[in-house]
Amino acid sequence: MLLEVKNLRVSYGNIKALHGIDFQVDEGEIVCIIGANGAGKSTTLRAISRMVEVEEGTQMTFMGKDMLKYKPEKVVSELGISHVPEGRRLFGNLTVMENLKLATFARKDKEKIKKDMERMFSIFPRLEERKNQEAGTLSGGEQQMLAVARAYMSAQRVMLLDEPSMGLAPKLMLSMFDSLAEISREGTTILLVEQNARLALKFAQRGYVLETGNLVIEGKSEDLLNDPEVKKAYLGG
Amino acid sequence: MTFTFFFQNVVNALQWGSFYALIALGYAMVYSILMLFNFAHGDIFMVGSYIGFGVATGLLYLVTSGFIPLPHWLVLVLTIVISMFLTSFVGVIVERIGYRPLRNAPRASAAITGLMIGIILETGNLALLGARRLNFPSLIMSRTYEIGGVFVTNKKILVVLVSIGLMLALDQFVRKTKWGMAMRAMSYDFVVVPLMGVSIDVIAPLTFAIGSGLAAAGGVLYGIAYPILDPYMGILIGWKAFVAAILGGRGSIMGAALAGFLLGFIEIFVAMIFPSTLRDLIAFSIVLAILTFRPYGFFGKPYSAKLRL
Repeated sequence: MLLEVKNLRVSYGNIKALHGIDFQVDEGEIVCIIGANGAGKSTTLRAISRMVEVEEGTQMTFMGKDMLKYKPEKVVSELGISHVPEGRRLFGNLTVMENLKLATFARKDKEKIKKDMERMFSIFPRLEERKNQEAGTLSGGEQQMLAVARAYMSAQRVMLLDEPSMGLAPKLMLSMFDSLAEISREGTTILLVEQNARLALKFAQRGYVLETGNLVIEGKSEDLLNDPEVKKAYLGG
Repeated sequence: MTFTFFFQNVVNALQWGSFYALIALGYAMVYSILMLFNFAHGDIFMVGSYIGFGVATGLLYLVTSGFIPLPHWLVLVLTIVISMFLTSFVGVIVERIGYRPLRNAPRASAAITGLMIGIILETGNLALLGARRLNFPSLIMSRTYEIGGVFVTNKKILVVLVSIGLMLALDQFVRKTKWGMAMRAMSYDFVVVPLMGVSIDVIAPLTFAIGSGLAAAGGVLYGIAYPILDPYMGILIGWKAFVAAILGGRGSIMGAALAGFLLGFIEIFVAMIFPSTLRDLIAFSIVLAILTFRPYGFFGKPYSAKLRL
Protein backbone atom coordinates (compact mmCIF):
# COMPACT_ATOMS: atom_id res chain seq x y z
CA MET A 1 0.00 0.00 0.00
CA LEU A 2 1.40 3.42 -0.95
CA LEU A 3 -0.50 5.62 1.47
CA GLU A 4 -2.19 4.24 4.53
CA VAL A 5 -4.18 6.44 6.89
CA LYS A 6 -5.66 5.13 10.12
CA ASN A 7 -7.80 6.91 12.68
CA LEU A 8 -7.15 10.35 11.20
CA ARG A 9 -8.45 12.94 13.61
CA VAL A 10 -8.23 16.71 13.21
CA SER A 11 -9.79 19.55 15.17
CA TYR A 12 -9.86 23.28 14.62
CA GLY A 13 -10.06 24.58 18.15
CA ASN A 14 -13.15 23.00 19.67
CA ILE A 15 -14.60 21.97 16.37
CA LYS A 16 -13.88 18.40 15.35
CA ALA A 17 -13.32 18.24 11.62
CA LEU A 18 -12.36 14.57 11.22
CA HIS A 19 -13.46 11.93 13.70
CA GLY A 20 -10.92 9.23 12.99
CA ILE A 21 -11.13 8.11 9.38
CA ASP A 22 -9.32 5.21 7.69
CA PHE A 23 -8.42 4.99 4.03
CA GLN A 24 -5.72 3.74 1.71
CA VAL A 25 -4.39 4.65 -1.68
CA ASP A 26 -2.43 2.21 -3.76
CA GLU A 27 0.34 2.96 -6.24
CA GLY A 28 -0.99 4.28 -9.53
CA GLU A 29 -4.59 4.53 -8.39
CA ILE A 30 -7.00 7.37 -8.88
CA VAL A 31 -9.07 7.70 -5.72
CA CYS A 32 -11.67 10.30 -4.90
CA ILE A 33 -13.26 11.49 -1.71
CA ILE A 34 -16.66 13.02 -2.27
CA GLY A 35 -18.84 14.84 0.18
CA ALA A 36 -20.73 18.01 0.88
CA ASN A 37 -19.26 21.36 1.77
CA GLY A 38 -17.73 21.21 5.25
CA ALA A 39 -17.57 17.42 5.40
CA GLY A 40 -13.81 17.57 5.99
CA LYS A 41 -12.53 16.87 2.47
CA SER A 42 -9.97 19.67 2.33
CA THR A 43 -8.91 18.95 5.88
CA THR A 44 -8.12 15.37 4.87
CA LEU A 45 -5.73 16.57 2.16
CA ARG A 46 -4.19 19.18 4.47
CA ALA A 47 -3.52 16.49 7.03
CA ILE A 48 -1.67 14.38 4.47
CA SER A 49 0.39 17.44 3.49
CA ARG A 50 1.04 18.04 7.19
CA MET A 51 -0.40 21.54 6.83
CA VAL A 52 -2.70 20.94 9.80
CA GLU A 53 -1.83 19.22 13.03
CA VAL A 54 -3.41 15.82 13.57
CA GLU A 55 -4.52 14.54 16.96
CA GLU A 56 -3.13 11.76 19.11
CA GLY A 57 -3.79 8.30 17.77
CA THR A 58 -3.59 9.25 14.12
CA GLN A 59 -1.43 6.99 11.99
CA MET A 60 -0.24 7.90 8.52
CA THR A 61 2.32 5.90 6.65
CA PHE A 62 3.67 6.45 3.18
CA MET A 63 5.66 3.61 1.64
CA GLY A 64 6.09 2.30 5.17
CA LYS A 65 7.43 5.62 6.50
CA ASP A 66 5.77 7.41 9.39
CA MET A 67 4.47 10.60 7.77
CA LEU A 68 4.03 12.37 11.09
CA LYS A 69 7.80 12.78 11.25
CA TYR A 70 7.82 14.93 8.11
CA LYS A 71 7.43 18.68 7.81
CA PRO A 72 5.19 20.00 5.03
CA GLU A 73 8.08 20.90 2.72
CA LYS A 74 9.62 17.46 3.24
CA VAL A 75 6.36 15.72 2.41
CA VAL A 76 6.76 17.38 -0.97
CA SER A 77 10.50 17.13 -1.52
CA GLU A 78 11.26 13.79 0.15
CA LEU A 79 8.06 11.77 -0.05
CA GLY A 80 7.03 13.12 -3.43
CA ILE A 81 3.49 14.17 -2.54
CA SER A 82 2.24 17.39 -4.11
CA HIS A 83 -0.92 19.28 -3.27
CA VAL A 84 -3.15 21.55 -5.32
CA PRO A 85 -4.78 23.50 -2.51
CA GLU A 86 -8.31 24.78 -2.25
CA GLY A 87 -8.63 28.05 -4.14
CA ARG A 88 -5.46 27.24 -6.14
CA ARG A 89 -3.31 29.70 -4.16
CA LEU A 90 -1.07 30.71 -7.04
CA PHE A 91 1.56 33.36 -6.55
CA GLY A 92 -0.22 36.09 -8.48
CA ASN A 93 2.80 38.40 -8.42
CA LEU A 94 5.04 35.81 -10.08
CA THR A 95 4.96 34.87 -13.74
CA VAL A 96 3.67 31.50 -14.92
CA MET A 97 7.25 30.37 -15.44
CA GLU A 98 8.33 31.58 -12.02
CA ASN A 99 5.45 29.73 -10.36
CA LEU A 100 6.60 26.55 -12.07
CA LYS A 101 10.27 27.13 -11.29
CA LEU A 102 9.62 27.90 -7.66
CA ALA A 103 7.95 24.52 -7.33
CA THR A 104 11.29 22.90 -8.25
CA PHE A 105 13.11 24.81 -5.47
CA ALA A 106 14.23 21.71 -3.60
CA ARG A 107 14.79 19.51 -6.64
CA LYS A 108 18.28 18.77 -7.91
CA ASP A 109 17.43 16.55 -10.90
CA LYS A 110 17.91 19.18 -13.59
CA GLU A 111 17.34 16.91 -16.59
CA LYS A 112 14.12 15.55 -15.16
CA ILE A 113 12.91 19.05 -14.33
CA LYS A 114 13.36 20.02 -17.95
CA LYS A 115 11.45 16.97 -19.10
CA ASP A 116 8.66 17.57 -16.61
CA MET A 117 8.38 21.17 -17.72
CA GLU A 118 8.08 20.08 -21.34
CA ARG A 119 5.47 17.53 -20.40
CA MET A 120 3.38 20.13 -18.60
CA PHE A 121 3.63 22.49 -21.55
CA SER A 122 2.50 19.73 -23.87
CA ILE A 123 -0.48 18.91 -21.66
CA PHE A 124 -1.28 22.58 -21.06
CA PRO A 125 -0.06 24.46 -24.15
CA ARG A 126 -1.82 27.60 -22.90
CA LEU A 127 0.69 27.84 -20.09
CA GLU A 128 3.59 27.96 -22.48
CA GLU A 129 1.90 30.72 -24.46
CA ARG A 130 1.50 32.68 -21.25
CA LYS A 131 4.71 31.75 -19.50
CA ASN A 132 5.92 35.32 -19.04
CA GLN A 133 2.58 36.61 -17.85
CA GLU A 134 1.88 37.21 -14.16
CA ALA A 135 -0.22 34.39 -12.74
CA GLY A 136 -2.70 36.90 -11.32
CA THR A 137 -3.70 37.94 -14.82
CA LEU A 138 -4.68 34.45 -16.01
CA SER A 139 -8.27 33.34 -16.56
CA GLY A 140 -9.84 30.91 -14.10
CA GLY A 141 -9.24 27.92 -16.34
CA GLU A 142 -5.64 28.86 -16.96
CA GLN A 143 -5.10 29.37 -13.26
CA GLN A 144 -6.36 25.87 -12.58
CA MET A 145 -3.98 24.52 -15.23
CA LEU A 146 -1.12 26.36 -13.61
CA ALA A 147 -2.08 25.10 -10.16
CA VAL A 148 -1.97 21.51 -11.41
CA ALA A 149 1.23 22.01 -13.39
CA ARG A 150 2.89 23.74 -10.47
CA ALA A 151 2.02 20.88 -8.13
CA TYR A 152 3.29 18.37 -10.67
CA MET A 153 6.59 20.24 -10.92
CA SER A 154 7.01 20.08 -7.15
CA ALA A 155 6.43 16.33 -6.85
CA GLN A 156 4.74 13.68 -8.95
CA ARG A 157 4.60 10.40 -7.08
CA VAL A 158 1.23 11.38 -5.62
CA MET A 159 -0.89 14.42 -6.36
CA LEU A 160 -3.52 15.62 -3.93
CA LEU A 161 -6.13 17.67 -5.75
CA ASP A 162 -8.60 19.87 -3.92
CA GLU A 163 -11.66 20.45 -6.13
CA PRO A 164 -10.02 20.73 -9.53
CA SER A 165 -13.43 21.43 -11.06
CA MET A 166 -14.15 24.44 -8.87
CA GLY A 167 -15.18 27.54 -10.76
CA LEU A 168 -14.72 26.01 -14.20
CA ALA A 169 -17.26 25.99 -17.01
CA PRO A 170 -18.48 22.44 -17.85
CA LYS A 171 -16.37 22.19 -20.97
CA LEU A 172 -13.20 23.29 -19.18
CA MET A 173 -14.02 20.89 -16.36
CA LEU A 174 -14.03 17.95 -18.74
CA SER A 175 -10.80 18.96 -20.40
CA MET A 176 -9.20 19.46 -16.98
CA PHE A 177 -10.12 15.88 -16.06
CA ASP A 178 -8.74 14.66 -19.39
CA SER A 179 -5.46 16.35 -18.53
CA LEU A 180 -5.44 14.76 -15.10
CA ALA A 181 -6.03 11.35 -16.66
CA GLU A 182 -3.09 12.05 -18.95
CA ILE A 183 -0.93 12.88 -15.94
CA SER A 184 -1.94 9.70 -14.12
CA ARG A 185 -1.16 7.58 -17.17
CA GLU A 186 2.58 7.89 -16.55
CA GLY A 187 2.33 6.60 -13.01
CA THR A 188 1.26 9.53 -10.88
CA THR A 189 -1.13 8.42 -8.16
CA ILE A 190 -4.03 10.81 -7.67
CA LEU A 191 -6.15 11.45 -4.62
CA LEU A 192 -8.78 14.07 -5.25
CA VAL A 193 -11.62 15.54 -3.27
CA GLU A 194 -14.66 16.86 -5.10
CA GLN A 195 -18.09 18.24 -4.58
CA ASN A 196 -18.93 17.32 -8.14
CA ALA A 197 -19.46 13.66 -7.25
CA ARG A 198 -20.54 12.38 -10.63
CA LEU A 199 -17.51 13.80 -12.40
CA ALA A 200 -15.15 12.57 -9.71
CA LEU A 201 -16.56 9.05 -9.68
CA LYS A 202 -16.37 8.79 -13.45
CA PHE A 203 -12.74 9.78 -13.30
CA ALA A 204 -11.61 7.74 -10.30
CA GLN A 205 -11.37 3.99 -9.86
CA ARG A 206 -12.38 4.02 -6.22
CA GLY A 207 -14.17 6.44 -4.00
CA TYR A 208 -14.96 7.30 -0.41
CA VAL A 209 -17.93 9.27 0.83
CA LEU A 210 -17.17 11.67 3.65
CA GLU A 211 -20.00 12.94 5.85
CA THR A 212 -19.34 15.44 8.65
CA GLY A 213 -15.96 14.03 9.49
CA ASN A 214 -16.72 10.33 9.02
CA LEU A 215 -16.17 8.06 6.04
CA VAL A 216 -19.57 6.42 5.56
CA ILE A 217 -19.31 4.52 2.29
CA GLU A 218 -16.41 3.25 0.25
CA GLY A 219 -16.11 1.20 -2.86
CA LYS A 220 -15.40 0.98 -6.55
CA SER A 221 -16.55 4.01 -8.49
CA GLU A 222 -19.12 2.12 -10.58
CA ASP A 223 -20.62 0.62 -7.42
CA LEU A 224 -20.86 4.05 -5.82
CA LEU A 225 -22.43 5.49 -8.95
CA ASN A 226 -25.16 2.84 -8.63
CA ASP A 227 -25.47 2.98 -4.86
CA PRO A 228 -28.99 4.22 -4.04
CA GLU A 229 -27.85 6.28 -1.06
CA VAL A 230 -25.01 7.93 -2.96
CA LYS A 231 -27.38 8.56 -5.84
CA LYS A 232 -29.89 10.21 -3.60
CA ALA A 233 -27.48 12.34 -1.61
CA TYR A 234 -24.79 13.24 -4.12
CA LEU A 235 -25.85 12.51 -7.67
CA GLY A 236 -29.17 14.29 -7.65
CA GLY A 237 -31.46 11.22 -7.43
CA MET B 1 17.63 80.53 -1.80
CA THR B 2 20.44 80.15 -4.25
CA PHE B 3 20.92 77.36 -6.66
CA THR B 4 24.15 76.14 -5.08
CA PHE B 5 22.55 76.17 -1.64
CA PHE B 6 19.76 74.02 -3.03
CA PHE B 7 22.14 71.50 -4.56
CA GLN B 8 24.24 71.45 -1.43
CA ASN B 9 21.15 70.26 0.38
CA VAL B 10 20.38 67.71 -2.31
CA VAL B 11 23.80 66.19 -1.69
CA ASN B 12 23.24 66.16 2.05
CA ALA B 13 19.78 64.67 1.63
CA LEU B 14 21.14 61.88 -0.56
CA GLN B 15 23.59 60.89 2.14
CA TRP B 16 21.04 61.18 4.93
CA GLY B 17 18.46 59.27 2.93
CA SER B 18 20.97 56.49 2.23
CA PHE B 19 21.00 55.52 5.90
CA TYR B 20 17.23 55.45 6.10
CA ALA B 21 17.00 53.49 2.88
CA LEU B 22 19.52 50.84 3.92
CA ILE B 23 17.72 50.27 7.21
CA ALA B 24 14.23 50.49 5.73
CA LEU B 25 15.08 47.65 3.33
CA GLY B 26 15.48 45.24 6.25
CA TYR B 27 12.20 46.31 7.77
CA ALA B 28 10.40 45.98 4.48
CA MET B 29 11.85 42.57 3.59
CA VAL B 30 10.99 40.98 6.90
CA TYR B 31 7.53 42.50 6.95
CA SER B 32 6.80 41.52 3.42
CA ILE B 33 7.63 37.84 3.87
CA LEU B 34 6.66 37.17 7.50
CA MET B 35 4.05 39.87 8.20
CA LEU B 36 5.95 41.07 11.20
CA PHE B 37 7.88 44.20 12.00
CA ASN B 38 11.27 43.44 13.41
CA PHE B 39 11.41 46.31 15.87
CA ALA B 40 14.93 45.28 16.86
CA HIS B 41 16.14 46.27 13.42
CA GLY B 42 17.36 49.75 14.42
CA ASP B 43 19.47 48.10 17.08
CA ILE B 44 20.87 45.66 14.56
CA PHE B 45 22.05 48.76 12.70
CA MET B 46 23.75 49.80 15.94
CA VAL B 47 25.29 46.35 16.39
CA GLY B 48 26.49 46.49 12.79
CA SER B 49 28.17 49.80 13.45
CA TYR B 50 29.92 48.40 16.54
CA ILE B 51 30.97 45.28 14.68
CA GLY B 52 32.30 47.61 11.99
CA PHE B 53 34.20 49.43 14.69
CA GLY B 54 35.75 46.17 15.87
CA VAL B 55 36.60 44.96 12.40
CA ALA B 56 38.08 48.31 11.34
CA THR B 57 40.11 48.61 14.52
CA GLY B 58 41.42 45.08 14.12
CA LEU B 59 42.31 45.51 10.48
CA LEU B 60 44.01 48.84 11.08
CA TYR B 61 46.01 47.27 13.89
CA LEU B 62 47.17 44.49 11.57
CA VAL B 63 48.15 47.05 8.96
CA THR B 64 49.97 49.51 11.22
CA SER B 65 51.78 46.77 13.08
CA GLY B 66 52.99 45.52 9.72
CA PHE B 67 51.40 42.05 9.94
CA ILE B 68 49.48 42.35 6.71
CA PRO B 69 50.22 45.25 4.44
CA LEU B 70 46.81 46.16 3.08
CA PRO B 71 46.11 49.30 1.08
CA HIS B 72 43.66 51.70 2.71
CA TRP B 73 40.89 51.18 0.22
CA LEU B 74 41.01 47.46 0.87
CA VAL B 75 40.72 47.99 4.61
CA LEU B 76 37.59 50.01 3.89
CA VAL B 77 36.10 47.37 1.58
CA LEU B 78 36.94 44.53 3.97
CA THR B 79 35.46 46.41 6.90
CA ILE B 80 32.16 46.81 5.08
CA VAL B 81 32.07 43.25 3.77
CA ILE B 82 33.16 41.50 6.98
CA SER B 83 30.82 43.62 9.11
CA MET B 84 27.90 42.80 6.83
CA PHE B 85 28.77 39.12 7.02
CA LEU B 86 29.11 39.02 10.80
CA THR B 87 26.02 41.12 11.43
CA SER B 88 23.95 38.88 9.19
CA PHE B 89 24.48 36.16 11.79
CA VAL B 90 23.05 38.48 14.43
CA GLY B 91 19.95 38.66 12.26
CA VAL B 92 19.83 34.89 11.92
CA ILE B 93 20.10 34.46 15.68
CA VAL B 94 17.38 37.03 16.30
CA GLU B 95 15.09 35.16 13.93
CA ARG B 96 15.91 31.79 15.42
CA ILE B 97 15.59 32.73 19.09
CA GLY B 98 13.18 35.62 18.97
CA TYR B 99 10.74 35.12 16.16
CA ARG B 100 10.63 31.50 15.04
CA PRO B 101 9.01 30.21 18.24
CA LEU B 102 6.34 32.90 17.79
CA ARG B 103 5.56 32.28 14.15
CA ASN B 104 2.01 31.21 14.91
CA ALA B 105 1.60 33.53 17.90
CA PRO B 106 -0.45 36.75 17.74
CA ARG B 107 1.37 39.46 15.84
CA ALA B 108 1.47 41.70 18.92
CA SER B 109 3.64 39.14 20.73
CA ALA B 110 6.13 39.22 17.90
CA ALA B 111 6.18 43.01 17.91
CA ILE B 112 6.88 43.06 21.64
CA THR B 113 9.60 40.47 21.16
CA GLY B 114 11.26 42.85 18.73
CA LEU B 115 11.18 45.68 21.25
CA MET B 116 12.64 43.40 23.91
CA ILE B 117 15.40 42.13 21.66
CA GLY B 118 16.21 45.75 20.88
CA ILE B 119 16.54 46.59 24.56
CA ILE B 120 18.66 43.48 25.12
CA LEU B 121 21.01 44.50 22.32
CA GLU B 122 21.29 48.07 23.66
CA THR B 123 21.84 47.15 27.29
CA GLY B 124 23.95 44.14 26.40
CA ASN B 125 26.23 46.46 24.51
CA LEU B 126 26.25 48.80 27.49
CA ALA B 127 27.20 45.96 29.82
CA LEU B 128 29.89 44.72 27.48
CA LEU B 129 31.56 47.96 26.42
CA GLY B 130 30.46 50.45 29.05
CA ALA B 131 28.74 53.78 28.62
CA ARG B 132 31.74 55.36 27.00
CA ARG B 133 31.13 56.49 23.46
CA LEU B 134 33.46 55.05 20.87
CA ASN B 135 35.19 56.84 18.06
CA PHE B 136 34.85 55.04 14.78
CA PRO B 137 38.38 54.74 13.35
CA SER B 138 39.06 56.92 10.36
CA LEU B 139 39.12 54.65 7.32
CA ILE B 140 39.45 57.28 4.65
CA MET B 141 41.06 60.68 4.60
CA SER B 142 38.35 63.24 4.22
CA ARG B 143 38.55 65.16 0.99
CA THR B 144 36.25 67.87 -0.18
CA TYR B 145 35.55 68.60 -3.79
CA GLU B 146 33.89 71.73 -5.05
CA ILE B 147 31.64 71.32 -8.04
CA GLY B 148 30.11 74.59 -9.18
CA GLY B 149 29.99 75.95 -5.66
CA VAL B 150 28.59 72.76 -4.17
CA PHE B 151 30.83 71.02 -1.66
CA VAL B 152 30.94 67.26 -1.83
CA THR B 153 33.12 65.15 0.41
CA ASN B 154 34.51 61.82 -0.68
CA LYS B 155 32.73 60.29 2.31
CA LYS B 156 29.36 61.44 1.04
CA ILE B 157 30.09 60.03 -2.37
CA LEU B 158 31.11 56.76 -0.76
CA VAL B 159 27.96 56.55 1.35
CA VAL B 160 25.63 57.24 -1.54
CA LEU B 161 27.39 55.01 -4.07
CA VAL B 162 27.76 52.04 -1.75
CA SER B 163 24.11 52.35 -0.69
CA ILE B 164 22.79 52.54 -4.21
CA GLY B 165 25.09 49.70 -5.27
CA LEU B 166 23.77 47.47 -2.51
CA MET B 167 20.17 48.31 -3.38
CA LEU B 168 20.70 47.42 -7.01
CA ALA B 169 22.38 44.17 -5.98
CA LEU B 170 19.46 43.35 -3.73
CA ASP B 171 17.02 44.12 -6.50
CA GLN B 172 18.82 41.70 -8.81
CA PHE B 173 18.94 39.06 -6.10
CA VAL B 174 15.24 39.29 -5.43
CA ARG B 175 14.36 39.23 -9.12
CA LYS B 176 16.78 36.70 -10.53
CA THR B 177 17.62 34.03 -7.94
CA LYS B 178 15.45 31.20 -6.71
CA TRP B 179 15.77 32.48 -3.15
CA GLY B 180 14.58 35.88 -4.28
CA MET B 181 11.72 34.20 -6.08
CA ALA B 182 10.80 32.36 -2.90
CA MET B 183 10.84 35.65 -1.02
CA ARG B 184 8.50 37.26 -3.53
CA ALA B 185 6.25 34.23 -3.34
CA MET B 186 6.20 34.44 0.44
CA SER B 187 5.28 38.10 0.29
CA TYR B 188 2.22 37.10 -1.72
CA ASP B 189 1.12 34.00 0.19
CA PHE B 190 3.47 32.64 2.81
CA VAL B 191 1.13 29.87 3.94
CA VAL B 192 1.30 27.94 0.71
CA VAL B 193 5.07 28.24 0.22
CA PRO B 194 5.94 24.95 1.99
CA LEU B 195 3.78 23.12 -0.56
CA MET B 196 6.39 24.14 -3.11
CA GLY B 197 8.97 22.16 -1.17
CA VAL B 198 10.41 25.43 0.13
CA SER B 199 11.24 25.55 3.81
CA ILE B 200 10.21 28.75 5.56
CA ASP B 201 13.01 27.95 8.00
CA VAL B 202 15.44 28.63 5.17
CA ILE B 203 13.86 31.72 3.66
CA ALA B 204 13.08 33.50 6.94
CA PRO B 205 16.64 33.44 8.32
CA LEU B 206 18.00 34.31 4.88
CA THR B 207 15.77 37.37 4.83
CA PHE B 208 16.90 38.40 8.30
CA ALA B 209 20.51 37.83 7.28
CA ILE B 210 20.23 40.06 4.21
CA GLY B 211 18.33 42.77 6.06
CA SER B 212 20.87 42.74 8.87
CA GLY B 213 23.77 42.80 6.44
CA LEU B 214 22.34 45.90 4.78
CA ALA B 215 21.79 47.53 8.17
CA ALA B 216 25.42 46.74 9.02
CA ALA B 217 26.56 48.42 5.80
CA GLY B 218 24.48 51.39 6.90
CA GLY B 219 26.08 51.22 10.35
CA VAL B 220 29.63 51.20 8.99
CA LEU B 221 28.89 54.03 6.57
CA TYR B 222 27.25 55.96 9.38
CA GLY B 223 30.35 55.43 11.49
CA ILE B 224 32.47 56.77 8.66
CA ALA B 225 30.26 59.84 8.23
CA TYR B 226 29.51 60.49 11.92
CA PRO B 227 32.27 58.71 13.82
CA ILE B 228 30.74 58.63 17.30
CA LEU B 229 29.03 55.42 18.37
CA ASP B 230 26.76 54.89 21.33
CA PRO B 231 24.47 51.99 22.24
CA TYR B 232 21.29 53.98 21.60
CA MET B 233 22.30 55.31 18.20
CA GLY B 234 19.95 52.89 16.42
CA ILE B 235 16.71 53.85 18.10
CA LEU B 236 15.65 57.07 16.44
CA ILE B 237 17.16 56.28 13.06
CA GLY B 238 15.53 52.84 13.26
CA TRP B 239 12.10 54.28 13.94
CA LYS B 240 12.48 56.71 11.09
CA ALA B 241 13.54 53.94 8.74
CA PHE B 242 10.48 52.02 9.87
CA VAL B 243 8.38 55.01 8.90
CA ALA B 244 10.08 54.94 5.51
CA ALA B 245 9.26 51.25 5.10
CA ILE B 246 5.59 51.99 5.77
CA LEU B 247 5.68 54.98 3.46
CA GLY B 248 7.11 52.80 0.69
CA GLY B 249 4.26 50.36 0.94
CA ARG B 250 3.91 46.77 2.04
CA GLY B 251 5.69 44.22 -0.08
CA SER B 252 7.59 46.80 -2.06
CA ILE B 253 11.25 46.47 -1.23
CA MET B 254 12.41 49.15 -3.60
CA GLY B 255 9.53 51.34 -2.43
CA ALA B 256 11.07 51.25 1.03
CA ALA B 257 14.43 52.35 -0.33
CA LEU B 258 12.90 55.21 -2.32
CA ALA B 259 10.85 56.29 0.68
CA GLY B 260 14.04 56.24 2.74
CA PHE B 261 15.58 58.73 0.36
CA LEU B 262 12.37 60.74 0.32
CA LEU B 263 12.41 60.94 4.10
CA GLY B 264 16.02 62.12 3.95
CA PHE B 265 15.00 64.85 1.52
CA ILE B 266 12.02 65.92 3.58
CA GLU B 267 14.11 66.22 6.74
CA ILE B 268 16.99 68.06 5.15
CA PHE B 269 14.78 70.48 3.26
CA VAL B 270 12.57 71.16 6.26
CA ALA B 271 15.70 71.96 8.24
CA MET B 272 16.83 74.21 5.40
CA ILE B 273 13.71 76.35 5.65
CA PHE B 274 12.68 76.10 9.30
CA PRO B 275 14.66 76.12 12.54
CA SER B 276 16.20 72.67 12.94
CA THR B 277 14.44 72.10 16.27
CA LEU B 278 11.20 71.91 14.29
CA ARG B 279 12.64 69.43 11.82
CA ASP B 280 11.05 66.22 13.04
CA LEU B 281 7.77 67.90 13.93
CA ILE B 282 7.28 69.25 10.45
CA ALA B 283 8.85 66.34 8.59
CA PHE B 284 6.60 63.79 10.26
CA SER B 285 3.53 65.94 9.88
CA ILE B 286 4.26 65.75 6.16
CA VAL B 287 4.59 61.96 6.39
CA LEU B 288 1.30 61.78 8.26
CA ALA B 289 -0.38 63.84 5.56
CA ILE B 290 1.03 61.57 2.85
CA LEU B 291 -0.29 58.48 4.61
CA THR B 292 -3.70 60.07 4.99
CA PHE B 293 -3.99 60.24 1.23
CA ARG B 294 -2.05 57.08 0.46
CA PRO B 295 -2.77 54.71 3.35
CA TYR B 296 -1.01 51.81 1.62
CA GLY B 297 2.11 53.87 1.03
CA PHE B 298 3.51 54.74 -2.37
CA PHE B 299 3.86 51.27 -3.85
CA GLY B 300 1.75 49.11 -1.56
CA LYS B 301 -1.46 47.50 -2.69
CA PRO B 302 -4.54 46.79 -0.62
CA TYR B 303 -3.88 43.34 0.70
CA SER B 304 -5.40 40.83 3.02
CA ALA B 305 -3.25 37.89 3.98
CA LYS B 306 -4.68 34.43 4.07
CA LEU B 307 -3.40 33.04 7.31
CA ARG B 308 -4.07 29.38 6.68
CA LEU B 309 -4.44 26.89 3.92
